[in-house]
Amino acid sequence: MSMNEEKTEFRPLIVAFCCNWCSYAGADLAGSSRLSYPADVKIIRVPCSGRVNPMFILRAFERGADGVIICGCHPGDCHYSTGNYYARRRMTLLFSMLDYMGVENGRTRVEWCSAAEGVKFSNTMNEFCEKVKSLGKSVRLGDIRCKD
Amino acid sequence: MQGLIDRLTALLSDGTVARVIGWKKGDMAYNPEPHMFETAESLKDFVYDGFCGANLSKMMIEASKLEGKTAVCLKPCDTYSFNQLIREHRVVRENAYIIGVGCRGKLDIEKIKKGNKGITSISGTELDGSDDIKIETIYGDKNISYKDALLDRCHVCKGKDHMIFDEVWGESKDTADQERFAEVEKIEAMTPEEKFAFFRNELSKCIRCNACRNVCPACSCRKCIFDNTKFDAQQKANVVSFEERMFHIIRAFHVAGRCTDCGECSRVCPEGIPLHLFNRKFIKDIDKFYGEFQAGKDPEAQSPLTDFTFEDIEPGERG
Amino acid sequence: MQRIGVFVCHCGTNIAATVDVKKVVELVRFEPGVVFADDYMYMCSEAGQEKIIAAIKEHDLTGLVICSCSPRMHEKTFRACAEKAGLNPYMVEVANIREQCSWIHKDREEATEKAVILARAAIAKVNLNTPLQEGESPVTKRALIIGGGIAGIQTALDIADAGYEVDIVEREPSIGGRMSQFDKTFPTLDCASCILTPKMVEVNQHPNITLYTYSEVEGVSGYVGNFDVKIRKKARSVDMSACTGCGECQAKCPLGKMGKIPSEFDRGLRTRPAIYMPFAQAVPAVPVIDRENCTYFKTGKCGVCAKICPSKAVNYEQEDEIVTVKYGAIVVATGFDIINLDKFGEYAYNESPDVITSIELERLMNASGPTGGHLERMSDHKQPKDIVFIQCVGSRCDDEKGKPYCSKVCCMYTAKHAMLIKDHWPDTNITVFYIDVRTPGKNFDEFYRRAVEQYHVNYVKGQVGKVIPQPDGSLLVQGVDLLDNKQIMKKTDMVVLAAAVEPNKGVRKIATMLTASIDNNDFLTEAHAKLRPVESPTAGIFLSGMAQGPKDIPETVSQAGAAAVKVVGLLAKDKLKTNPCTAKCDPMFCNGCSTCANVCPYGAITYEDQQVRGPGVNETRRVAVVNNALCQGCGACTSACPSGAMDLQGFSNRQITTEVDSICR
Repeated sequence: MSMNEEKTEFRPLIVAFCCNWCSYAGADLAGSSRLSYPADVKIIRVPCSGRVNPMFILRAFERGADGVIICGCHPGDCHYSTGNYYARRRMTLLFSMLDYMGVENGRTRVEWCSAAEGVKFSNTMNEFCEKVKSLGKSVRLGDIRCKD
Repeated sequence: MQGLIDRLTALLSDGTVARVIGWKKGDMAYNPEPHMFETAESLKDFVYDGFCGANLSKMMIEASKLEGKTAVCLKPCDTYSFNQLIREHRVVRENAYIIGVGCRGKLDIEKIKKGNKGITSISGTELDGSDDIKIETIYGDKNISYKDALLDRCHVCKGKDHMIFDEVWGESKDTADQERFAEVEKIEAMTPEEKFAFFRNELSKCIRCNACRNVCPACSCRKCIFDNTKFDAQQKANVVSFEERMFHIIRAFHVAGRCTDCGECSRVCPEGIPLHLFNRKFIKDIDKFYGEFQAGKDPEAQSPLTDFTFEDIEPGERG
Repeated sequence: MQRIGVFVCHCGTNIAATVDVKKVVELVRFEPGVVFADDYMYMCSEAGQEKIIAAIKEHDLTGLVICSCSPRMHEKTFRACAEKAGLNPYMVEVANIREQCSWIHKDREEATEKAVILARAAIAKVNLNTPLQEGESPVTKRALIIGGGIAGIQTALDIADAGYEVDIVEREPSIGGRMSQFDKTFPTLDCASCILTPKMVEVNQHPNITLYTYSEVEGVSGYVGNFDVKIRKKARSVDMSACTGCGECQAKCPLGKMGKIPSEFDRGLRTRPAIYMPFAQAVPAVPVIDRENCTYFKTGKCGVCAKICPSKAVNYEQEDEIVTVKYGAIVVATGFDIINLDKFGEYAYNESPDVITSIELERLMNASGPTGGHLERMSDHKQPKDIVFIQCVGSRCDDEKGKPYCSKVCCMYTAKHAMLIKDHWPDTNITVFYIDVRTPGKNFDEFYRRAVEQYHVNYVKGQVGKVIPQPDGSLLVQGVDLLDNKQIMKKTDMVVLAAAVEPNKGVRKIATMLTASIDNNDFLTEAHAKLRPVESPTAGIFLSGMAQGPKDIPETVSQAGAAAVKVVGLLAKDKLKTNPCTAKCDPMFCNGCSTCANVCPYGAITYEDQQVRGPGVNETRRVAVVNNALCQGCGACTSACPSGAMDLQGFSNRQITTEVDSICR
C-alpha cells in the first residue's frame, strides 16, 4: 500500500454546453488556432444557450460532473435574438440554487463567447478547469436523497 | 360560520352556482377535508375554522370544466394561487364564483398535540373565536393561545387582502410576525458541506408519496414531467433514476416564478420536510435579482423566468 | 435498435498525429448499436465518401457517426453523402475530434481517450435520432441594401441587373457614402466622383431599384427569404416629387450666410445652410431641412425657403413615415468612419486647425471642396510648403486608445496624397512617418515606389511622439527615425493624420436587429472567414464593404459583386428548404399555459383547442402548436416548458441527456 503513495492528480469532469452559432464556433477557432485547454472539458453542441434545460445541468451533476459551463453568444448577439437573455436568468437562479444545496458557485459558470473569440474560449476553459480543480471532487448530487 | 353556510345555500338555491367547493367535517376536529358540495342539504357538513388550511384553488382546474358556475372558498393566500392559474389558462375565471373567506391564520395540529396527549376535543378555532383555543384531553382541559399554534407559514403571511373575489365573507388578519427569508438565510450562511448535509438529511426522509406535488397549485400540469420518459434516455426502470433523485429540485425549478409561497407542500408532507425552503430560495433570489415579485398578485404580470432586461446580472459569483 | 456505422477520419495528420485513430475504431466497435467501424485518411474526400456509401449499403446502416473535423465544417457534406446512399441525412452525427480534440491536446493518450468519449456521446445520440424531413418556405424576390455607399451601390446594381428588385436604405440625404468625399482614387488616380457619379445616377434611374434616402431601418423580423423590415423615412420637409433640385432654397436660407452649421460632408471645413443638399451631385437631388438648426422649426419664424421655392415643394408639416417592406435577403453595407481623435492629444488635432485628417485633406484637395481644390492651411489660408504625414494613428494600436487592426488603406492613400500634392506644387516638402509601408495589391507597390523614387517623398520609418503648435503658426513635430536611430525635431506647416477606420456607429444596432454577429471591433462576422466571406452566419444576411472589415475601393467593389451573386442565388430559388430541427409539442403533456409562446422570438407558437386522446384522456384541450415555417429551432420553448411537452427535433431532451450521460459515464 505505502508504495502507491504518489497521488494521482485530480482530473475534474467538466461538461460544456456551447451554442452552435457563437461559442461552438469560438471553440472551433480556439482549435484551429491551436489554443489548448484541458481535455477534461467535453463540449455538447446545442442550438442556443436558451436550449439548455436546467435538467441537463442537474443531470450532469447527478452523474458525477465536477463542473458545468454554458457558453452562448454575447447578450445582444444571440442568433435567435433573445435566447441567451432567458438562459442568463435561468442559470442565475439555478446556479444560486445549486450553491444553496452545496454545489459551489465556482463549479458552474456562464460565459459569453463569440465566434471570433477563440482566445477567450481557451482562456475561459483553462480558468474554469483551474477553478474546479481547486474545489476538488464535487458532492454527488445524485446522493442527495440517500443518507449515509 | 353559519352565516357562510346560509350564503352558500342561497347561492346554490337561486342557481347562481351549481356546486360549492369548501371543507367538510372530518372524523376529528382537526382534519376537515376539501370537498365538493352539490346540494344544499349536503352543506350541513360544511365547516370553516382554524383547521381549514387546505388551498382549494387547484380543485377549480377540474371544476371549471363542469357545466355552470362553481362557488369556491378561498382564503387571502389562496387567491394568489387562483390568479396564477388564470394566468396559465388552467382555470376559467367566468366559471368560478369566488367567496373570499376571512382568515386569522391557520392552525398546526402538530403544535397543539405537542405536550397535549389524549385530545378529545378542540374548540374556539372559528374565525370569530377568541384569542385562546380550548383543548379537552383525557387528562383535563387546557387553553392555549391561537397565535402559538399557527402554521409556520402564517408567521410570514402575505396579507389580509384577497387578490380576486366575487364576494368576501368574514374579517381577515395579517398574521406576519417573522422575517420571510430568515430560514433561507440561515442555510445560505452554511458551508457547502453543511448545506449538502442539511438537504441530504431532509430529502432522505422523502418517501416519494407525491403529496407535495398533488397539493401544489403550481404543479398543475396535466401530465407531470416525472411521468414523462422523454428526459431519461434509459427509460424509467428503477428507483435510482434521475427524476427520483432530483425530484424536489426539479419540482422547485418548475414552479420557480410561479410558486406563490402558499406553503401547502410543507404542510402536507408526512415526513415534515421543509420543502418550502426550496421555493422560498427562488423567491428570495428573484426578488433580489429582478425586483420584488409576488406570483399571483397580478394575473397579467410576466413571470420573471419568461422575462428579461438587457442589464440583468450575470450568473454566479461574478454577478 | 439502430445499426450504426462509425467512421474515424485521420484528416491527414491533423487528427492522426495526436489521436490514435485505430484505437478509437477498436474501442467504439463495442458501443451499443454500432455494427461497423472504420477509419480513413480523408473521410470528406470523394474516396472517403464512397467508403461511407458502400458501408451503408453493405451493412444496412441506419445511422452514421463521423469522427472528424467540426460539424460546422463538414456536417453538410456527410449528410449529403448519407442521402446519396438512401439514408435520411438527419441520421448523421459528427464527433468533433479535430478542432475540439486533436488540435488542442498534445498528449496522445489523453486526446485518444477524449476522442473516444466524444465518439461515444455521438453514438448514443444517433441511437435516439429519428429521420427528419425538411420543409419548404417561400422566397420574397426583393433585396434590401442597408447603406448607399459604393459597396451598397454596386451590390444594388448587380442584383438589379440580374432582374431582381432592390431597395437601398441610406441614412444620409444622399447616396454616395465616403467615396463621394474623396478627390482621386489609387492606384490609377482617376477622380472619385467621375467614376462614382455615373453609378449613383444609374441607381437612381434603374427600374429595379428603389431608394430610401434620409431613412433608417427601424426593425427587422422574419427569417431568410421572408424578412419584414420597418423603414423610417425621416421627414425631409421637402416634397420629393415636386422638387426640381434648382437649389434656390439653399442659396437663400438665411442660416447659410451666418456660417454656423458645419457641413458634415466637408467634415466641418465649411458651413452649410439649414436646408441643404450635402454636395452638388447628390442623389436624389432634393434638399432636406435640418430641423434641429432650422430657424422655422426652432422659433416658428422665417419660412424663407417655402416662400421662394418655385415649385412649392417645401413642406414643414411633413412627418416621418414608417413603411414595412418584405425582403428575401438583406445586405449590410454600412461602411466606415474614422475614429475619434480625442484620445490622441499628442498630435494636437483638437488644438491646431492645421493638423487635419486624411479625409479632410481629401476635401481640401477636391475641386468642389471648401477651397476649390487649392491646398491651404485652415489657419491662415496660406499654401503649406512643408507637410508631415503620420501613419497608423490608432491603427495597429496595442492599447485601448486605438484599434488592434491595420486599416489597410492608409499607406496607399498617403502615397496618393503625396504624389498629388507634388504634382500640383512640386516644391512642397513632404515627410511620411510610418511603422511599415504595406502595399500588397495589383500595381500598389509600384505606386508607392513612384512616390519615393520619382516624387522624392521623404519616408521616415518611425513614429511621431508629439506635435506642438508654435507661436509663429508653424507646427513642431517630434519624432524618431528608427533606421538612422535618431530623434527628429521638425518644423512643418501642416500635419495630416492617417486616422484608423472603424465601422460606422450605427452598425451594432443594425446587427442586433438582424441577429447578425459582430466582432470585438464591431465589424460584422463572416459565416466563414475564408470560404463564406460575404455571408453572415445568419441566413439571408450578406456583407458588403467596410462593414465586414477594412478594405479599399477595388476590394469593396469585388465584394459587393460577390454579395450580389449570393443574393441573386438566394432570390433565384422559388422555395427554400427549411430546417427540420424545429420544436414539436406533445399535446398529451401540454398544459396550454402560454409559457412557451412568451419566450418564442419568432411568434411561431399559437394555441388551439384540440381533441386529445390517450390513456385515460379524451377531451378538448388548449394546446400549443408550432408553425414549422416560422420556428428556427432555437429551443427556448423547450427549456421554458414546465411539463416537458415541448421538445426540439434533432436536439431532443433525450438526445442531449444521453450525451451528458455518455460524457459522465
